[in-house]
Amino acid sequence: MDINLKEQLAELERRALSAIEAADSVKAIEDARVAFLGKKGELTAILKQMGKLSAEERPIIGQAANQVRETFEGAYSKKITALKNADMLSRLKTEGLDITLPGVRRKMGSRHPLRIVLDEVKEIFASMGYTMVYGPEVEETKYVFDMLNTFEGHPARDEQDTFYIDDKTLLRTQTSSVQIRTMLKNKPPIAVISPGRVYRCDEVDATHSPIFHQCEGLVVDKGLTFGDLKGTLEAFFKRLYGNDIKLRFRPHHFSYTEPSAEVDLSCFKCGGKGCGFCKGEGWIEMLGCGMVHPAVLRNCDIDPDVFTGFAFGMGIERITLMRYEIDDMRLLYENDTRFLRQFN
Amino acid sequence: MNLSLNWLNDYVNTEDIDLPRLASGLTMSGSKVEKYKNLSEPLSRIITGKVVQIKKHENSDKLWICTVDIGNSTVQIVTGAQNVTEGAIVPVVLNGGVVLNRQDGSVTKIKKGKLRGEVSEGMLCSHDELGIDKAELPYIKEDGILILSDDPDSSNLQIGESVLEFLGLDDTVIEFEITNNRADCLSVTGLAREVSATFDLPLNIPEPEFNGCDGDIKSHISVEVDNTQLCSRYMAGLVKNVKIEPSPRWLTSRLKAQGVRPINNIVDITNYVMLEYGYPLHAFDKRFIEGGKIVVRSAKENEKITLLDGNTVTLSPDVLVIADEKKPVAVAGVMGGEFSGVVDDTDTVVFEAACFDGVSVRKAAKKIGRRTESSSRFEKGLNPVNVKTALFRALQLVEELGCGEVCKSFIDRVHFTAVENKVAHDYNAINRFLGANIPSEKQIEIFKKLGFGYCDESKEVVVPKTRYDISLPCDLAEEVARIYGYNAVESTLPRLNGNGSVAAALWERNVNKLVNVLTAQGCRECVTYSFVSSKMAAENAIKIRNPFGEETSVMRTSMIPSMLKVISNNINNRNVEARLFEIGRVYSPQKEADALCVGLYGKDESFFELKGIFEEISTAFKIEANIKRMTDSPFHPGRAANCNYAKFGEISPLVLSEYGINERVYIAEIYLEELFERSENKTSYKPIPKYPASSRDLSLICGLETSCGEVADIINAAGKKHLESVEFFDVYYKDDMKSLSYKLTFRKPDGTLTDEEVDSAIKNVLGKLEENNIKLKGMV
Repeated sequence: MDINLKEQLAELERRALSAIEAADSVKAIEDARVAFLGKKGELTAILKQMGKLSAEERPIIGQAANQVRETFEGAYSKKITALKNADMLSRLKTEGLDITLPGVRRKMGSRHPLRIVLDEVKEIFASMGYTMVYGPEVEETKYVFDMLNTFEGHPARDEQDTFYIDDKTLLRTQTSSVQIRTMLKNKPPIAVISPGRVYRCDEVDATHSPIFHQCEGLVVDKGLTFGDLKGTLEAFFKRLYGNDIKLRFRPHHFSYTEPSAEVDLSCFKCGGKGCGFCKGEGWIEMLGCGMVHPAVLRNCDIDPDVFTGFAFGMGIERITLMRYEIDDMRLLYENDTRFLRQFN
Repeated sequence: MNLSLNWLNDYVNTEDIDLPRLASGLTMSGSKVEKYKNLSEPLSRIITGKVVQIKKHENSDKLWICTVDIGNSTVQIVTGAQNVTEGAIVPVVLNGGVVLNRQDGSVTKIKKGKLRGEVSEGMLCSHDELGIDKAELPYIKEDGILILSDDPDSSNLQIGESVLEFLGLDDTVIEFEITNNRADCLSVTGLAREVSATFDLPLNIPEPEFNGCDGDIKSHISVEVDNTQLCSRYMAGLVKNVKIEPSPRWLTSRLKAQGVRPINNIVDITNYVMLEYGYPLHAFDKRFIEGGKIVVRSAKENEKITLLDGNTVTLSPDVLVIADEKKPVAVAGVMGGEFSGVVDDTDTVVFEAACFDGVSVRKAAKKIGRRTESSSRFEKGLNPVNVKTALFRALQLVEELGCGEVCKSFIDRVHFTAVENKVAHDYNAINRFLGANIPSEKQIEIFKKLGFGYCDESKEVVVPKTRYDISLPCDLAEEVARIYGYNAVESTLPRLNGNGSVAAALWERNVNKLVNVLTAQGCRECVTYSFVSSKMAAENAIKIRNPFGEETSVMRTSMIPSMLKVISNNINNRNVEARLFEIGRVYSPQKEADALCVGLYGKDESFFELKGIFEEISTAFKIEANIKRMTDSPFHPGRAANCNYAKFGEISPLVLSEYGINERVYIAEIYLEELFERSENKTSYKPIPKYPASSRDLSLICGLETSCGEVADIINAAGKKHLESVEFFDVYYKDDMKSLSYKLTFRKPDGTLTDEEVDSAIKNVLGKLEENNIKLKGMV
């Protein structure tokens, strides 16, 4: 009897497993499950016969029956997962998209290329410990010229170069006026960057504009050297253009610095070999700088025997035009959206 | 400043230095070389030939067959020119040589060949093919081949030799950009000194001398300086029995190389000395100095003078003139008068060498609208001490060229005190200042090479009389550094000790935040000019005294006109929509304020799109905006609002038409200082609610005059303490009524709300609405 039951269980297991094996849909396998394990299923039918067994046989057969159930459940869950996955896959197949259709975008705006460049310049100097300072654009001549050692009669003061409001007021031709204001207000140590708008009487064309943007720097402290000026600008331009950039300091003249220099950068395009972009020179003129003239310090009540300083000024338009290879400066101020959208 | 290399080599021999090195070395020591050009470039293989025989080409009406002696042989050359004669000496380019087309700059390589069957070994050249302007060689009578044997100096020609030297083309011209402070480098001798110091080469500038003949200049002419303020020195020399002729070739070649056109020997001498020493001279014909009296004085009010160029200008007392007894004969330091100059039959010449005040010369030049080689040199400041050298050099040249008899005596009116300019030299201080370690001896060596004297006892540097730009220790530091090499000074990074400013950092953060909000809202940034037409600004706008034109004559008092211009341009360029912003300044006599302007146009834009951007900005800065209706220009009177930091709305079509815009445009102007000062920078975290919310959607009916905001205010006030939010979500209009829908959300922090609690609050809300004639249409 017990042997018979055991055989029936074994037989049941074989059939159940092959039914699972054969099932090709979730419904088929669920049907099989009901047929074998359901309340009216075959395993239940076999277990009902257990009452006829002896007390010794009962646990053995019970264990065997549980074994069959477990085997069945294991095979069942494996198979049903596979079937469900297959179902899912075939559904996913029907959901294929043309991924080359355009994405749906929230329309972002954009920063002006001048701001993009200026933001980078400011970020580098901020990280080097400089503070941003601003000043008026309608400025007194004493801050733009007199206190910067640019005497009455200097060509820079000419009406043909400068927009005047009256004899004592003008549209600043350089942001150096902010340096003077800073030195009058704060005593050294000073380390500031003054970005802003400046004005010159240049008629508009591809390379000139009556309004443009400068960014100047001023550092005043004890013991600052010409070497410090060089090192500062080298560090700055390497951050802006990468480690391969080379700087060349050329003697020059500004009335508010002595010694004065112009700084050339190795050409971005040819790296210094000489090409059309740098007109064969290998160098591109980039900025003016120098050690603050003692007369300028003295004008601001800073003792040049105790303090020294350096200053530098660069044109943001120049950097921008070169970076983006924009060949006409007017584009910067026309603000055609077909131009603006190219920058981010 | 152009420099002839041949001329330079008179004073410092640069033959061992190739041009690129010469140019870069000078650039790096402070005399920036813009470019250099060998004058003969690209000419090659051009020699002098003598036409020994000429016959007609059998197969042509126009061609001639020339037999040309080229020194060691003769060649046959076919030419189409009609001006060649037997015996003429002409420039010949042989097979493989190169000529130029002066008109378009193109280059032609000459090949031996046949012309209608006749061999031609090369070509005879015209002046154009040698790159020479006809005007430079006055003996050229007609177009065609350049007939060198017509040249007054043709006896110097060697048949078969290169023609370049004879034509003054065997030179190189170097173009410099000389800075304002270095008037001394606007001269050959000044640049020679720089070359000598830069390359450590010996310098040889002899002091000019002249022999002179007997005779007293004072019996011919007198000089009176009235305005000694503006004329610190006036010297005059006299030359009698003058022969006006063309200058010799070596002299004219050098003038031409430096960009000065030769006139005649006397005028050329004044120009030669100016180029050589940087000191302008003037030559007067004594006949035209009425009364034999030169007076240096201020011009009289409305006094007139006819200039060398034939134009008459009116003067004023701030212009210094050289006058005779009756009239001004020259504008001092700028330009001579019509009747002052040297002419063909001039017999007695007075050379003027003087020092005029730079600022005064600059103003005078501007006043009469003539900025000359002379005035630009005076402008930069000249030292009266050197005036004598210039005069002596001119007189020396007169003798060398044999243009006349130089009177031994001269007039010298001195109105300055010559002081030796000394600067203390502290080599350690220079090193500390530069951050370098240049030994004392090296520094002194640099000074000496630059022509400075050095006093070993007092450790003082004596500044050369040609230099006006050296008076302070930092000036000495620059001299040392530029010759030592700026790039040889080691770069160091300073430790910055400055304290950052909290306010400055906050400003930067706020501006960045604003830009981020705007770009996230799809706005593109513009940059516009800050001056506008006076029609587009407030009445008290700051006016520019010397604007380009009316369109750019005042400083803007609002950003809106600038934005409208940008929008108008974009519409004209067929950009159908745009969201734009600009952060810039507006200007009033009292202050400059930073402002933001936002401008929208296009089919999807509306007042509420603009208001949405305004609200995003307010939210970003944590400000509860309290906006009010506004009817000010330039806005649409029914579609604009303002608050204490902004105004925004649709622009009135009346204004838009001035800009040629005929679609709706929405603009906001926001004042940054006002915005930022209201901004709350602190954010405190609020716990995320634990208990669920209950909400009710109310649809209400009210009159057209009732605004959405008023209704929300009533709901908010009546909603009791658990009303969390009131959110408007729909409006529609029917007849003379409108329907407004709101979602009311209720929540308790410490438990779940019961329906009764919510219903009671709603009842209260509806009651208050009822009192205001707002009725419930439906509730969900």
